[in-house]
Amino acid sequence: MIELFLQAAFAENLALSLFLGMCTFLAVSNRVDTALGLGAAVIVVQALTVPVNNLIYTHLLDQGAWAWAGLPDLDLRFLKLISFIGVIAAMVQILEMLLESYVPRLHRALGIFLPLITVNCAVLGGSLFMVERNYTFGQSVVYGAGTGAGWALAVIALAAIRERIRYADIPGGLQGLGMSFILAGLMSLGFAAFAGIALP
Amino acid sequence: MSGNLRHLTEPIVGNNPITMQILGICSALAVTTSLSTALVMCVALTVVLATSNALISAIRHHLPRSIRLILQITIIASLVIVVDQVLQAYAFGMSKRLSVFVGLIITNCIVLGRAEAFAMQNPPWPSFLDGLGNGLGYSAILAAVAATRELLGAGTLLGLTVLPAAGNGGWYRPLDLMLLPSSAFFLLGLIVWAVRSRRPEQIEATEFVLRTGGRREER
Repeated sequence: MIELFLQAAFAENLALSLFLGMCTFLAVSNRVDTALGLGAAVIVVQALTVPVNNLIYTHLLDQGAWAWAGLPDLDLRFLKLISFIGVIAAMVQILEMLLESYVPRLHRALGIFLPLITVNCAVLGGSLFMVERNYTFGQSVVYGAGTGAGWALAVIALAAIRERIRYADIPGGLQGLGMSFILAGLMSLGFAAFAGIALP
Repeated sequence: MSGNLRHLTEPIVGNNPITMQILGICSALAVTTSLSTALVMCVALTVVLATSNALISAIRHHLPRSIRLILQITIIASLVIVVDQVLQAYAFGMSKRLSVFVGLIITNCIVLGRAEAFAMQNPPWPSFLDGLGNGLGYSAILAAVAATRELLGAGTLLGLTVLPAAGNGGWYRPLDLMLLPSSAFFLLGLIVWAVRSRRPEQIEATEFVLRTGGRREER
């Protein structure tokens, strides 16, 4: 389980080795504090949606899931994309309402980032990988938390580097987007090294 | 007609969705290790983008503003399911190699971004062309990255040997870096640099201007 967590967070980092969630990754990595807010939101959403989608997939969509109702041949797997995105949108909405009424300070801090997460590829990607690799419920909880943590780590680190180089004299054409790509590439090389570490 | 054609040609270089609008890099770079998967991905995305733009534009007057996003996502998701099922039926091996990335077209920011920014304000035909143009602009970048990575990383193009690799008795020593994910970031950074050097008007304004020689430089 620990192995799965570390693998999901480092060796298979969603942002740096699978390019998921790139749009938000590049857009909000200007400042460390916004990156922290978004990273926290992604961890929470990811750790909730992956297990929920796992339950929905195994109990409603998978082939034979409706056998108890006398429909053993019913195969609803083609509906997984549309139901996962629905679950993600609904979870984000519910989370937003819960935070607003019970933890208003956290809600203000996360504010605009929560709705953005609905279209973050990393969240949908996590759920799809969970299906493709046939994770059990327990594994999906760990995988969700691990991928969320890895994504948050990557975005915070990139934001910190970008804050450091804000005063650097970069060639005009590389300013902004170009430099972010190069930085992400260097970070990705660093994270690739984690893949070579044998876990006990 | 020539007015509409502008929507098709403009996003390919001038207003390219990837280098200019920072949209849609998300799901697709992971499939750029070989040119064939990248091309299939490009076709899938262009089809989804063009049809979703046309469909959303056709019903734009009937979409209530408050729930438009969820309706747009539903339309896009249905189209992606169709593409995914077609791939599974006619190109199963390719669909396995693309794994989850076809499904991730749903959350590709280009699709929702163009639906929101263009299709909601324009009639279906220009929206269709806009979707097609943005899809082609995206495909151009993706294909360039994939071709470079496959050529330098394995010495092949579309599976055909171009540079005979040293492992198979040839002379070319493959550049392993190109097979790592980081090379895609470097290539994209270089493409952005090249495009912006050709078109200086795209350069982003510097956040802080360095003071030189004691007086502030005005930019």
